Amino acid sequence: MFQETQHVKRKKRAERTAQGVFLGMTLCMVLPLIAVVGFLIYKASPVLSIDFIMDAPERGMRAGGIWPAFWGTVCLVFFSVIIAAPVGVLAAVYLHEYAPENWFTRMVNLAVFNLAGVPSIVHALFGLGAFVLFAGLGKSILAASLTLAIMTFPVIIESTKESLAAVPRSFREACWNVGATRWQTIRGVVLPNSTSGILTGIILEVCRAAGETAPIMFTGAVFFKAVQGGDVFAYGPMDQCMALSMHLHTISTQVPGVPEAIPFATAVVLLGTVLVVNATAIVLRVIIRTRKKW
Amino acid sequence: MVATSQNPSKIRIENLGVSYGPDPALRSLSMDIPRNEVFGIIGPAQSGKTTLLKTLNRTIDLVPEASVKGSVYIDDEAVVDAPEPVPAKSLTRHGLRDVCGYRRRIGMVAPLPVGLPMTIYDNVAFAPRQAGVKERGQLDEIVERCLTQAALWDEVKDRLTTLGTKLSGGQQQRLTIARALSHEPEVLCLDEFSIAIDPVTTMRIEDVLRELQSEMTIILVTNLVQQARRLARQTAFILNGELVELDDTEAIFSGEANDPRTNEFVSGIFG
Repeated sequence: MFQETQHVKRKKRAERTAQGVFLGMTLCMVLPLIAVVGFLIYKASPVLSIDFIMDAPERGMRAGGIWPAFWGTVCLVFFSVIIAAPVGVLAAVYLHEYAPENWFTRMVNLAVFNLAGVPSIVHALFGLGAFVLFAGLGKSILAASLTLAIMTFPVIIESTKESLAAVPRSFREACWNVGATRWQTIRGVVLPNSTSGILTGIILEVCRAAGETAPIMFTGAVFFKAVQGGDVFAYGPMDQCMALSMHLHTISTQVPGVPEAIPFATAVVLLGTVLVVNATAIVLRVIIRTRKKW
Repeated sequence: MVATSQNPSKIRIENLGVSYGPDPALRSLSMDIPRNEVFGIIGPAQSGKTTLLKTLNRTIDLVPEASVKGSVYIDDEAVVDAPEPVPAKSLTRHGLRDVCGYRRRIGMVAPLPVGLPMTIYDNVAFAPRQAGVKERGQLDEIVERCLTQAALWDEVKDRLTTLGTKLSGGQQQRLTIARALSHEPEVLCLDEFSIAIDPVTTMRIEDVLRELQSEMTIILVTNLVQQARRLARQTAFILNGELVELDDTEAIFSGEANDPRTNEFVSGIFG
């Protein structure tokens, strides 16, 4: 007959405790998130509607919608991604697949790693100096997007390198053994099997770029620009633009008499945009994973 | 002692030394590998067997810290020719230049089966495609021939579009052999091909090798000394990167080999 000894009892107690602690920590993380989002939506509910996104602001931001800021953010992020993603991914392929192991490669890797940790305000000053003043782009979407791109691409490099490293070396060796060149190996086996990770890394960076205020404040974002609600051709690359994060900052701190719901609704739209992009990343991941081949 | 062979040798290795950083893996190895028969290479772990194969198909070039000295000739054509040690990655400057084209002359089968993450068909068609074969009919023909040669065709002919990685271990190893045959190699190197597969599959592959040896030179690196005995006409015993003995397989396994270490190894006293 099986008897529960002291030792078994202690083991079971430890098991329950461990599980409880882990669950507690998970709740600690999830509950504030739910609380914050719930609070934001509650506060924003009086003005939150599709019209709020599609309309231009009125009466000095005290009424109307946030279309110019919303569309400005979309433009900034779009341009920064089409600049940063190709450069970042291709640089990562070079660093991971081609670069010889020497001091230069190590320096570059170290630089990329450290660049990923530079505060965004520093990137902002760099963007102001390099793109706005030196390159003569002025305060423009292009200058701001370049600044955002500089900020995001070290992280894209790091995440891409990790995805490439996840492809087993034996696959590469099998390709080399049958006489494939490095590029044939990369194109035929390595890239097709790391796309999901690379895309996820890029999209997560898009989300970070969307929320940044500092880098665009000096390089392209303005307090107000007269734009028709719903006008998708409002901005050219050399124009200045409004942006959600900047808009939120100014209407909360600089403009007196803004109804309380408007900044909250702006925050909800910013958060919602990020969540939608994130959800796209997750869906993409799932779709590509189901095709995962080993 | 080098046994004489009725065939002229296919591969000639002279004073080959390979080091990884400061650690030598092969020390001044010389041997002749005869044409169109199975040549066995036995030796304990860390004796340099895999390094030898990597040098033969020049994938040693892709090991950053490796350096190579000595010569390897295939049909009297220099594959490696370095009187002084050179870094493996700059071997292209010492000897043949079209390394990728050369690698297709050597078929390589690794110890663990590697099904590439693509369909069975694409696994076998991969090398021909990279070499420029585009026509569907020709590819179909290659795929069927190689899978048949590797004794896998009957099992997979109705599901060529399923993933190669979904096959069982033994099937994947035969798929690997089919892939190694797909670029019509002159030399087939098998590096301990049976360590991850069951005895029945091993026997089937051994039968395949017996048939293939009339068409190509086969180098069989193995830890199973009996496998070398079953297949190889000549066998080399390598220890710590040095050739201890090379002789007709029966002489190696007779228990009366010239070097006492050979007798100890084949009778299982060490290794």
